[in-house]
Amino acid sequence: MPELLDHTPSGVSSRLSPEARFARWAGGLGAATALAIAVFLSWNLLGSLSFALTLRGTRLGAIVLCAVAISVSTLAFQTVTANRILTPSIMGMDALYSLLQTVMVFSLGATAWITTPEPARFVVELALMVGFSLLLYRWMFTSKPGALHLMLLVGIVLATLFRGVTALLGKLLEPSEYTQLQDLSFASFNRVDPTLLAVAALIIAVAVFLLWRLRHSLDVMALGRDTAVSLGVDHRRVTTAVLALSAVLVGTSTALVGPITFFGLLVVSLAYQLVPGAGHGRLVIISALLGTLVLVAGQFVVEQLAGNSTTLSVVVEFAGGIVFILLLLKGALK
Amino acid sequence: MITIENVSQSYDAEVVVDRVSASIGPGLTSIIGPNGAGKSTLLGLIARLQPLQSGRVTVGGLDVTTTASKQLARTLAILRQENQVSLRLRVRELVTFGRFPHTGGHPTAHDRELVEAALERLDLASLADRYLDQLSGGQRQRAFIAMVLAQDTDYVLLDEPLNNLDMKHSVAMMQLMRTLVDEDGKTVVVVMHDINFASSYSDSLLALKRGALVAHGGPEEIMDTEVLESVYDMRIPIHEVDGKRLGLYFGSPQAARQA
Ligand SMILES: Nc1ncnc2c1ncn2[C@@H]1O[C@H](COP(=O)(O)OP(=O)(O)OP(=O)(O)O)[C@@H](O)[C@H]1O
Ligand SMILES: [Mg+2]
Repeated sequence: MPELLDHTPSGVSSRLSPEARFARWAGGLGAATALAIAVFLSWNLLGSLSFALTLRGTRLGAIVLCAVAISVSTLAFQTVTANRILTPSIMGMDALYSLLQTVMVFSLGATAWITTPEPARFVVELALMVGFSLLLYRWMFTSKPGALHLMLLVGIVLATLFRGVTALLGKLLEPSEYTQLQDLSFASFNRVDPTLLAVAALIIAVAVFLLWRLRHSLDVMALGRDTAVSLGVDHRRVTTAVLALSAVLVGTSTALVGPITFFGLLVVSLAYQLVPGAGHGRLVIISALLGTLVLVAGQFVVEQLAGNSTTLSVVVEFAGGIVFILLLLKGALK
Repeated sequence: MITIENVSQSYDAEVVVDRVSASIGPGLTSIIGPNGAGKSTLLGLIARLQPLQSGRVTVGGLDVTTTASKQLARTLAILRQENQVSLRLRVRELVTFGRFPHTGGHPTAHDRELVEAALERLDLASLADRYLDQLSGGQRQRAFIAMVLAQDTDYVLLDEPLNNLDMKHSVAMMQLMRTLVDEDGKTVVVVMHDINFASSYSDSLLALKRGALVAHGGPEEIMDTEVLESVYDMRIPIHEVDGKRLGLYFGSPQAARQA
């Protein structure tokens, strides 16, 4: 592992070139992630080996998918929205997903909706998610960039509204339907459906691949809207694509493990600290590795060492929340 | 040739570009006018940074509204008045972005040569490995201009390129622009405040006032006390020195009070 104290983001001459820095961190994080995965899978295995491994493997799959989806979508989202504080979750995208799910159950009835085959249900949900996200967010980010604090406020209002309506609709449901809905929308790392996992893996792989192909355009977008347009990047198209892909990634991850608000912010802020000045190609790799490491190691600690006395999301939210406040303070003090 | 036909732009009810029509180029053209006259807005409209509200603009025969942005980026480059980058970039990396319209992010050896040439032209060779936040204001300004030059387009628009530059670098910049025009055959449009600089180096000048085009002509026509008064609402005596017409706008305190 590279030394933690090694980075000097604003030093006059960082000793390492960005390439060497990236190589060190990618290597270190890669090794640490592999180690964490190995420990996660093998620690204290009891009883039937294959059964236990399948169980843990499924859980691990969900964690890795969620980590990659949220890290990469947050990175791209922050670039097209030209800030380092807003994330899809903070703007209420995961709350929107939960709301859409509730509305489907409410309008079609829980039984009808749940008996729809899993992949079909999922595709319908994601399509709705993308449609509504573009409707809601596109105008905000493709016109002249507005004040960050206004955006933040809009995001918080939207998220609260979505959660409020979700809760209201939940109360209006039959108790039995409500229980079924809870099973749908609050899946945690511990109860993941293997079919859903396979579908989610496919969707996330495609979405991350598409974002990866946009990495050079994202580098240019980071120079600001005017420079990006002047260098021939279709700012509107890239913004729309990133918003749509973020909606897909956030929706999929929320369907798998439920909402985690500050995780993306935590990971991406750290990634920028580790490899300052790196392009999006490198940032995607570092944040995906970092996200996986944090979630796998965190889940391991919660499960095996803390004896499930707390949940991972509480820990991640706590750390992420602190980073969020620090970033806000730093912005305000500038 | 850049043609501007009846272009208007307003923010809310305020008209900031008012039915401007003009043909610009070939050669070096300066846009002059008081603060808030609409110079930057007009330049941004020519470079399709804002969508046109009304009128039409073509650059080298390409309609800026309908032509693909990527193709325009190989025809026209623009330096904005304000440039900040949130990323931590080295000078050479910034300048390499100028090649993006040609490479899509995969620069070849030829592109790297053009980047080095642009760095050299702007006297940045020794600073190429510095981060942008480690540069002085004038050095940073030159780095952004180097990026624009690396784009290697037939049309170059620069919004106040002399911002932050010392006298030596200002003169070098204007000479560089002459080279771009005279040797490379480019059409260059610059926004400038110093009328003496503008008239000494430009082939033509275009004066804006409250969004409207009030004068357009060669330096000898524009460097005239009456014309300048109609642009700036101040009397600027013109003196001929070594065959050059210079406006003495920074005269004695008394002269300023009379104006
Ligand atoms: N985004 C905007 N919203 C509202 N008004 C604007 C906006 N941008 C510019 N303006 C107004 O348009 C007018 C023209 O602005 P512009 O930047 O084109 O002036 P300029 O001639 O470049 O001035 P300067 O010499 O100060 O750079 C100004 O009155 C300005 O206040
Ligand atoms: Mg201006």
